[in-house]
Amino acid sequence: MASGAPVTPRIDVGTTSEPLRPNGHRSSRSVAIRKIRRHWQLYLLALAPLVYFLIFKYVPMVNGVIAFKDYNVVDGIWGSPWVGLDNFQSFVENPAFWRIVRNTFILSAYVVIAAFPIPIILALALNEVRHRLFKRTVQMVTFAPYFISTVIVVSMTILFLSPRIGLASDALGLFGIGSIDFLGNPDYFRHIYVWSDVWQTAGYSAVIYMAALAAIDPSLYEAAKVDGASRIQKIIHVDLPGIMPTAAILLILGVGNIMAIGFEKAFLLQNPLNLSHSEIIPTYVYKTGLLNADFSLAAAVGLFNSVINLVLLVAVNFIAKRVSGHGLW
Amino acid sequence: MADPTAVQNDGTGNSRGSGAITPTMVSTGKRRRRSGRRIRESNVDRVFMLGVYLLLSTFLAVVLIPLLHILASSFSSPNAVSSGRVTLWPVEFSIRGYEVALSNSQVITGFANSLFYTSVGTFISVSLTVAIAYPLSRRDFVGGGIITRIIVFTMLFAGGVIPTYLVVQSLGMLDTRWAMILPQAVGVWQVIIARTYLRHSIPEELFEAAEIDGASDLRVLWSVVLPLAKPMLAVIALMYAIYQWNSYFDALLYLKSDDLYPLQLVLRNILILNTEGGTDTTTMMERRQLADLLKYSLIVISTVPVLLIYPFIARHFTKGATMGAIKG
Repeated sequence: MASGAPVTPRIDVGTTSEPLRPNGHRSSRSVAIRKIRRHWQLYLLALAPLVYFLIFKYVPMVNGVIAFKDYNVVDGIWGSPWVGLDNFQSFVENPAFWRIVRNTFILSAYVVIAAFPIPIILALALNEVRHRLFKRTVQMVTFAPYFISTVIVVSMTILFLSPRIGLASDALGLFGIGSIDFLGNPDYFRHIYVWSDVWQTAGYSAVIYMAALAAIDPSLYEAAKVDGASRIQKIIHVDLPGIMPTAAILLILGVGNIMAIGFEKAFLLQNPLNLSHSEIIPTYVYKTGLLNADFSLAAAVGLFNSVINLVLLVAVNFIAKRVSGHGLW
Repeated sequence: MADPTAVQNDGTGNSRGSGAITPTMVSTGKRRRRSGRRIRESNVDRVFMLGVYLLLSTFLAVVLIPLLHILASSFSSPNAVSSGRVTLWPVEFSIRGYEVALSNSQVITGFANSLFYTSVGTFISVSLTVAIAYPLSRRDFVGGGIITRIIVFTMLFAGGVIPTYLVVQSLGMLDTRWAMILPQAVGVWQVIIARTYLRHSIPEELFEAAEIDGASDLRVLWSVVLPLAKPMLAVIALMYAIYQWNSYFDALLYLKSDDLYPLQLVLRNILILNTEGGTDTTTMMERRQLADLLKYSLIVISTVPVLLIYPFIARHFTKGATMGAIKG
């Protein structure tokens, strides 16, 4: 995103045509044309990926019009009758509407909040360790779950929490607590979702903070040492300010993506018993659209979510720019 | 080196496998170690370090215990697993679970399919990514700014699942292998990484020299740029490969015939929906015990390929570490 903002030295491709520059050089337009002609191979190369983006990213945006239509297969996307905002209306008037939106919002916000401090703590602690082998081991082991697939993480979670054979019920047994059916109880769903997520990603995110910590000017540590700072003081006065920009950007991005929670994990953790807390917009879209074949309604719900998320992203970026001077784009 | 690229890397969670690229994991903090030799530590610091080690040991345990439990269970007897007697060490050692898992035809087909999707998909993805990143990295590529915007916009706003499904449907790709490869072929984030890397690691003079020698742009790409870009190619290839290997959503959406299913979808059916493949055991009791055990062995079998290449990935990440650290 930020890095996506082109830093290309801008060669104006025309439009603001100034025919001849005072010094008699050719106009920028003809320079551009000459460059295009000389580098025709580059354009040929770019063609296939651009066609990809056109077909699989931009055509779907256009197909989004079915959200305003009553789509049926026979008439196709453009032949189906317009119905205006009917699909949105029927979603909003659906008794499940508030529950689904609320679930989506709470779940993502919980993820953002829980996943924020733990990698920082992990990275700061790792950064203190001088024992090389221990440091490497902790780093390698905590990073590993990032490479495990969602399906496997979810099935590990289910097995782990199983009241019959799971390790969790054994552990509870030690405290004299009977086994609990964690996945059958909607109240536990969010905690299971969020903490298994933290389990999977904390090590990975910590690596980013480690990189930020490594980039802190060593002279700051020298100065801290001269001033006789303790380790805790060094963390508070050197480490934390040093990773603050990184932390801020990660948090902003998290907040900006707050409605863009993934489909995969929630869908896998869902069961009829916890549906009241686990039904979120992406899973609802999948069920409405592909299982019930109500394409228009599902597209409307999806569009609703995309637009809210886009607005959130733009707003968060605006605020970040105002407050810190650093935006994402 | 306040790498902004590295940062977004993670946050844009909506992009696939987003940016496992920053990891300077092995090289962090080297600089400080040299200067950090202390003469004496105060008592406060000593207590503090004790806390640090305790905390990190807790982290280690929390990550390791579930993994060890799965491994131990997978090598236990069906009965021990079913009665929940396994903790961190195999009980009544047996490899029955692996025998059942590896004789399951769905698992074998899924494994083969996943290998196919991962290898072919990664090849296509990397090729397309380089094909767009290379022109965008050239400073004399007219229109690059606009094209970058067009691509990056797809990160901010997407058509959505259903409209994309309709495209795949109209291309006649439903229930074909193409549906697993093409719709998610190019990642915006990977394009940005590749472009940034090429722009910063290949000196402008090289292009000028090549041009004077009469080499065409494609020739330059093939014999100059690609050999220089190996670390970056390795990293984006790994990102794509891991995404392909681990994904199941596209298969769930687009595939109907189970002989096309990737491993993750087969695993989902067995592990989460509990539809274990036909085993030849007789009693209900035994069936149920085997079904439990099968899950643990399957988890191990499907995770091992990824964890095996993990140290190899880490090595490449250190090579490519500068990539994320360069300012866009």
